Amino acid sequence: MSKKSFRQAINEALRLEMRRDPRVILMGEDVAGGQGGSAGTVDAWGGVLGVTKGLYTEFGPERVFDTPITEASYIGAAAGAAATGLRPVAELMFVDFVGCCLDQIMNQAAKFRYMFGGKARTPLVIRAMFGAGFNAAAQHSQALYPLFTHIPGLKVVIPSSPYEAKGLLIEAIRDDDPVIFLEHKVMYDDEEEVPDEAYTIPFGEANLTREGDDVTIVAFGRMVKLANEAADRLERQGIGCTVIDPRTTSPLDRDTILDCVADTGRLVIVDESSPRCNMAADISALVAEEAFDALKAPIRRVIPPHTPVPFASVLEALYLPDAAKIEAAVKAVMNHNVTEAA
Amino acid sequence: MQIARETLLRSYRAMRTIRDFEERLHVEFATGEIPGFVHLYCGEEASGVGVCANLTDSDTISSTHRGHGHCIAKGVEVSGMMAEIYGKSTGVCRGKGGSMHIADLSRGMLGANGIVGGGPPLMCGAALSHKVLKDGGVAVAFYGDGASNEGSTLESLNLATVWKLPVVFVVEDNGYGEATGSSFAVAGTQKARAEGFGMPYMECDGSDFFAVHQTAGEAIAHARAGNGPVMLHVHLARWYGHFEGDAMSYRAAGEVAEARRDHDCLVLFRRKVTEAGLLDDAELDAIDESVRDEIESSVVAAKAAPLPEAADLLADVYVRY
Amino acid sequence: MNASITPITMPKFGLAMTEGKLAGWMVRPGATVRAGDDLADIETSKITNAYESPAAGILRRQVAQEGETLAVGALIGVLADAEATDAEIDAFIARFNAEFSAGSAEDAEEAPPEPSVIDVKGRALRVLDIGHGDGDPIVLIHGFGGDIGNWLFNHAALAEGRRVIAFDLPGHGGSGKDVGDGTLAFFSTVVVDLLDTLGIDRAHLVGHSLGGGVALTTVKNAPSRVASLALLAPAGLGPDVNMAFIDGFITADRQKTLIPVLSYLVHDKGLIGRKMADDVLRYKRLDGAVDALRRVAAANFADGKQTDTLRPVLESAPPTLIIWGKDDEILPASHAAGLPEAVTVVILPDTGHMPQMERSDDVNGRIRAFLAR
Ligand SMILES: Cc1ncc(C[n+]2csc(CCOP(=O)(O)OP(=O)(O)O)c2C)c(N)n1
Ligand SMILES: [Mg+2]
Repeated sequence: MSKKSFRQAINEALRLEMRRDPRVILMGEDVAGGQGGSAGTVDAWGGVLGVTKGLYTEFGPERVFDTPITEASYIGAAAGAAATGLRPVAELMFVDFVGCCLDQIMNQAAKFRYMFGGKARTPLVIRAMFGAGFNAAAQHSQALYPLFTHIPGLKVVIPSSPYEAKGLLIEAIRDDDPVIFLEHKVMYDDEEEVPDEAYTIPFGEANLTREGDDVTIVAFGRMVKLANEAADRLERQGIGCTVIDPRTTSPLDRDTILDCVADTGRLVIVDESSPRCNMAADISALVAEEAFDALKAPIRRVIPPHTPVPFASVLEALYLPDAAKIEAAVKAVMNHNVTEAA
Repeated sequence: MQIARETLLRSYRAMRTIRDFEERLHVEFATGEIPGFVHLYCGEEASGVGVCANLTDSDTISSTHRGHGHCIAKGVEVSGMMAEIYGKSTGVCRGKGGSMHIADLSRGMLGANGIVGGGPPLMCGAALSHKVLKDGGVAVAFYGDGASNEGSTLESLNLATVWKLPVVFVVEDNGYGEATGSSFAVAGTQKARAEGFGMPYMECDGSDFFAVHQTAGEAIAHARAGNGPVMLHVHLARWYGHFEGDAMSYRAAGEVAEARRDHDCLVLFRRKVTEAGLLDDAELDAIDESVRDEIESSVVAAKAAPLPEAADLLADVYVRY
Repeated sequence: MNASITPITMPKFGLAMTEGKLAGWMVRPGATVRAGDDLADIETSKITNAYESPAAGILRRQVAQEGETLAVGALIGVLADAEATDAEIDAFIARFNAEFSAGSAEDAEEAPPEPSVIDVKGRALRVLDIGHGDGDPIVLIHGFGGDIGNWLFNHAALAEGRRVIAFDLPGHGGSGKDVGDGTLAFFSTVVVDLLDTLGIDRAHLVGHSLGGGVALTTVKNAPSRVASLALLAPAGLGPDVNMAFIDGFITADRQKTLIPVLSYLVHDKGLIGRKMADDVLRYKRLDGAVDALRRVAAANFADGKQTDTLRPVLESAPPTLIIWGKDDEILPASHAAGLPEAVTVVILPDTGHMPQMERSDDVNGRIRAFLAR
């Protein structure tokens, strides 16, 4: 057990699984880096943000594959390899690049098992970074998890901390279905205590990061941290929040969400993805259908506007959910009846 | 081929502007004041400028993540670019795009691009417009050696040939895609690829403005005349890291220094034009000085410019909604 | 400064505790308290504990609000007699807070001792070794599914003037997950190996539950290494064991299912929080942890009964203290009946299976007195 960053936790998960199972391989653009360079160095980058650093050095060219800039072919190759005996972890770098290879994910990997009558197994993990906050603008900042969640056959994981990242990634690698594993790029330097050993966190099981009587907040990825910040402030003002981190959007732990809404009667959903057909919309529909009678106030969503992610810092800050916006939404659901009476 | 004096002066000024613009960004980026990613075009100036010297505002280009040079070469206004990179409301994209998305359609510049391989298909489309609208324009797709491997690029080579489009595919080959060398990542040759798709292949030294200008001129003329696409392979060196912050541990020690010493397009240009008596040092020095002032004032203006306003966040998602 | 003003500060319940949350005040402002009266509930990462007033007086001010999390040593309230004026109390609070924030910046360096993983004859064991003194050291042995965290409220208190070692048994906490055949005999070999590795000839063994059985087995197999025994609800003294707990502990895989299982452990069910369940889940997710638990359960509780019968060991054991919670729902306190006279038996009322947590002050005091005898 020691303090590890989100980056180290992911690196460690990959390392441990590659040691444990020789079928686990890694591929992606510059996951090692330096090949074909004039200095003759390998492992020069270890991924654009250094997440896979050292893995080429430990596992060599039979296990770690730098790819040309050809997402359609290597993501598809990973799917094909997964269906035929390997357990590839393919890195897509920025999730926005899924535009270049969606067919291989959506029409190929995701569909094999069902289309082939349950005869295929596709133990594929696609890692990608997502999210805004780095001024990376419209093509490098999207939170595309609803896109994957929409596709039957894919599992979608959004870790909210270093501890979560390691356990969920190991689970993803051992899972026999295609898993999209999405890392918020602003979190790589976040640190917390993480066990040195391998451990797994099951999919489809939400984590309650805190419990309170008044409002249920559902949040994903980095938004979990912001929701907890808001809940801290609200607690000092006498408002108790339950914060749910679903961990995976597919499968989704519907029961925990419904149970908590039954207890608190109020729901705020914090979702960094574009608002139309996103997780906030999906969960709102679920709760409206299954827990309508428990609701004491309309559901509130803390979500970005329906625009691309802007570049300038001021606009990006306006765009993103933050703790203050979450706090305001919670107060709004708390005050629902009060304002009505007034 | 005889190049007009005006063209020489304009081209030198464009190359010098790109150089100073990028060198200045390198310094400013390090202060932490510039948000987002910045990819510098230093060392590659003669390519963008040599090609674009053969184009007008009614021709179209697409660029890449390393786009500042193409923008300047195509005539996008420098202070608007600088303000954009600083995320200000006076930027060419009103602070909403940043370094990787500078565009100016009035100049036939269809944008830098954050997606590798994003440009070539778009230029098939631009070429289709030029062809169908019979406006005499051509489309030029700039893309890197790394991007030459993308399916979108290879599909575009095929489409452009099949439709006989007036498009020039300019492969700016600096030997690297990020930290990976093209000797590792590029199978076969660009030449064989062009020939495989049945289009003419040309190549040139990208540090020599005259070579680029000449070859690109022929390629563009070929396309403009309705003979279909051409591939132009430009050999280059990148002087800085892939993006600002890249330590370049994958490049041999003297590689960049040698490129700067022996293949500086500005030095080579000056030597050639002064030796041939086409331009004199004083004229070139005056351009240098004027560019220095222009960059300085663009930075001062960018820093002082107003930030975008809240309403800008919601504006321009659609033409009408 | 008026001498009758007493600061009430965030207590430090265990070594690892650096901050606590004021879960609730149990005394209203203006009420008179005696020393030892429960003042407030303090929640740590492990458990919620009542904090007893260090002095008598009137609770003049609740400085910390319910729900607030504060560093150990921070001011949470003020006790004073009726003479102190409000102005004096305000001045006292201001002065205290100024000094406290200045001080806490200084000793920010002083981190709590961290456990380390050491090699014990080829086995990785997580060990927390603290305290110095002349007497034989104490070794703390936790029970089934436990870890060094079970001694959070005891380790530091026992280590005043004595070396005290807590460790995670194989298969548990941060130790390696190989549990051999999972028997008490196996674990007692590991205890002896640990003593060898640490260069300890003889130790007082404090064992809880299954760890009590391990301690008894160590007396049986290596009597010269054991100076005394302090056993808290030990295994081995009777056949009964709550299999609903054992099975539930192994199979529960989420907070919701685990919390009721953990509730068997204590008399005051309010003590079992989400955080405690989360810590257990984190342990159980480690590769090999659940397999290890299954193996230990199979070796020790086959057919729903305890396998080992260790009562005879007490016929000729070193000095022995046994403490049992009257309301123990895992191993019944009735197992403490009919033991040899030399054994001191204490049955604590309103206490479940974890007296060292539920009655930590009492248990620490009794163990210290026992060792000082
Ligand atoms: C579809 C896609 N994949 C990957 C990237 C990440 N990326 C940005 S630039 C780059 C390298 C491009 O190399 P090259 O085309 O040779 O251009 P250069 O950087 O050398 O100018 C990569 C991989 C991207 N932006 N888009
Ligand atoms: Mg390149």
